[in-house]
Amino acid sequence: MQLAARNTAGLADIKTDLELRYGVQVTTCELDVLQTGALEAFIDSLPELPITVVCAVGTMNDQEDNEQSLEAATLDMRSNFEAPALLLGLFANRFEARGRGTIVGISSVAGDRGRASNYVYGAAKAGFSAFLSGLRNRLASSDVHVLTVKPGFVATKMTEGLDLPEKLTAQPEELGEAIFTAVRKRRNVIYCRRIWWLIMLIIRSIPEGIFKKMSI
Amino acid sequence: MKLSGWGRYSPVDCRVLTPRAEAELAGYLQGEDPVIARGNGRAYGDPALNEAATISMRRLDRMISFDPATGVLVAQAGVLLADVISSVLPQGWFPLVTPGTRFVTLGGMAASDVHGKNHHVHGSFRASVLWLDLVEADGQTRRVSPEATPELFDQTLGGMGLTGLITRLAIQLTRVESGWIRQETIAAPNLKAAINAFEDNAGATYSVAWIDCLARGADLGRSLVMLGEHACLEDLPRTRRRRPFATGRKALRKVPFLFPGFVLNRWTVRAFNRLYYWKGRKATSELVDWESYFYPLDSILEWNRIYGRRGFVQFQCVFPLARSEAGLTQLLQQISEAGEGSFLAVLKRFGPQESAFSFPMEGYTLALDFPARPRSIALLKRLFPIVRDHGGRFYLAKDALLDAEMFFETDGRAPDFATMRTETGRKDVFSSRQSRRLGI
Ligand SMILES: Cc1cc2nc3c(=O)[nH]c(=O)nc-3n(C[C@H](O)[C@H](O)[C@H](O)COP(=O)(O)OP(=O)(O)OC[C@H]3O[C@@H](n4cnc5c(N)ncnc54)[C@H](O)[C@@H]3O)c2cc1C
Ligand SMILES: NC(=O)c1ccc[n+]([C@@H]2O[C@H](COP(=O)([O-])OP(=O)(O)OC[C@H]3O[C@@H](n4cnc5c(N)ncnc54)[C@H](OP(=O)(O)O)[C@@H]3O)[C@@H](O)[C@H]2O)c1
Repeated sequence: MQLAARNTAGLADIKTDLELRYGVQVTTCELDVLQTGALEAFIDSLPELPITVVCAVGTMNDQEDNEQSLEAATLDMRSNFEAPALLLGLFANRFEARGRGTIVGISSVAGDRGRASNYVYGAAKAGFSAFLSGLRNRLASSDVHVLTVKPGFVATKMTEGLDLPEKLTAQPEELGEAIFTAVRKRRNVIYCRRIWWLIMLIIRSIPEGIFKKMSI
Repeated sequence: MKLSGWGRYSPVDCRVLTPRAEAELAGYLQGEDPVIARGNGRAYGDPALNEAATISMRRLDRMISFDPATGVLVAQAGVLLADVISSVLPQGWFPLVTPGTRFVTLGGMAASDVHGKNHHVHGSFRASVLWLDLVEADGQTRRVSPEATPELFDQTLGGMGLTGLITRLAIQLTRVESGWIRQETIAAPNLKAAINAFEDNAGATYSVAWIDCLARGADLGRSLVMLGEHACLEDLPRTRRRRPFATGRKALRKVPFLFPGFVLNRWTVRAFNRLYYWKGRKATSELVDWESYFYPLDSILEWNRIYGRRGFVQFQCVFPLARSEAGLTQLLQQISEAGEGSFLAVLKRFGPQESAFSFPMEGYTLALDFPARPRSIALLKRLFPIVRDHGGRFYLAKDALLDAEMFFETDGRAPDFATMRTETGRKDVFSSRQSRRLGI
């Protein structure tokens, strides 16, 4: 298992923990995905080209900041779309050349329809979802599998302090297991919790004329 | 966020803080409001609830080191016992002391100083704790051990989170040769026979009795006493010896909806009890996998929902040895007369233990649960004085209903504990709904 993160201080502890829990060997390296110029070198520096790559990078600023500050909006757009897409695109090329591999991108239900409450983040996730969908289409004839993960609410650092509805909120372990199963079953797109598939189906099907007046 | 204990009884709105690094903890102690640590919320009542600030320790859950030669594990307090077992059992190690569910945190086990079916041999969880790190009222982290800081160690093990926040622990595991338990079942037709079975089998590593609370008259206290030993390689059938830890993974099922409360009325419980009893009577000796043996309820996730919306309350007390039989007899008479069934009723012999605030003492402990309806709660309140009058006391990890008066009357250690809390300033910094209810 290879771990990459920009904040390397915590990585050593995570490495030890994973090794003790699962008896696997773990290597760690530093990666800031926003430094897109360094992405190729990062992949080349890995001890081994992985069989599966999972990208869980993302940021979510206050919507209000995103409306008022170009800098904030740019950060959300780049961290949720540009950088993850470029990174996974590079892996895709190598996996294609090798003839196999699995690519997992964590997008969001927020990308399924732009809403006043978080459309900058949502737009970036929409772009990321579309990118993954195209990648999957391109690689369908090779043995490279692309999985798009669309979580609803997950109880993590990102949503700390928000009052999330219990029934619609997954614990991170739950999402982990859903992803693991989806990789094994070679699923294309998953929602987690599953109820979000229905919720988003309804939200997507509301006519724009009505939707624009709603606050959800 | 609405929180409750495992009994789902009387939920309250709490501000929940979820630290992801130990360094964040000291900051939480600087505010006006007192805080309380919360592990995995398996205590039944309100010891891990505090409206102003409940600190979830679940994300401080890194394993730090494990030495397969000595069986010493160092881990953060939020690590689940379930994860410890799945990491160490394949290497031939098992927790020395485990409660009846593995979905508890190591911090929660220490704070309640939990006991297992082997208390009469190995004592409570403290016996396996080499040291722990505690964030104290002043925000400093101190290493607490039985050798270097015996007093604070004694108060913290069983201290229900009221001495500070446990961040990491070193625990000693015990060697096992397989993931199987040799179980022997003895049917005891009444309470006296059950007590005799415990006394005759004091050398068994594990012993516990399932007790039929509705049996009356000459049958009062009829039980199945279950003894267990870790199976060694020779105990296993040949086919299992090559992979002695492979007991098969059980599917975890969820209770899909809240059962209506009436499902557990006295008739269904009575039927269940009869069935279990007659089935058990035939059983003698068998090999059981560790999951089914130690954690029969864990295979049904969220089984606490079967009691319906009102939730349920637990009751667990211990009587000193000399007065156990008399005390238990009176309790069982009250319960069977009321006809209020307890789905789970467990009897267990404790070995000697003297500690600042932990629950166990030498004698017999009885654990029951009841749906939280007014009739059952009224019954429980009638049971309290019986415990008091026989010199018994209550387990705070199960309690949701005691008042300060009854608590102080039953636990002679309470005044000292309360004074210690006031004098050290801990009372202003660490406090739960339970600690305020009990006046400590
Ligand atoms: C099915 C079932 C069976 C059980 N069987 C047994 C049994 O056989 N024997 C037994 O002894 N108990 C038993 N229990 C009770 C259970 O073991 C205890 O309540 C245990 O404390 C729960 O751990 P938790 O991590 O869920 O803690 P919580 O329930 O979240 O908290 C319990 C207490 O620990 C404190 N605490 C938690 N984490 C920390 C920390 N890091 N630092 C300081 N304080 C902390 C809390 O403040 C609180 O006072 C059982 C419970 C269930 C649900
Ligand atoms: N939580 C939810 O409810 C929810 C819902 C839908 C989708 N998601 C998505 O799920 C994914 C995981 O998020 P999470 O909920 O687990 O929140 P999180 O804990 O904040 O995780 C996001 C991670 O992305 C990392 N990151 C951000 N920018 C980076 C960069 N430039 N280079 C390297 N790493 C960077 C962050 O690193 P640092 O630790 O260094 O900040 C952080 O570890 C994200 O894509 C998120 O959008 C979350």
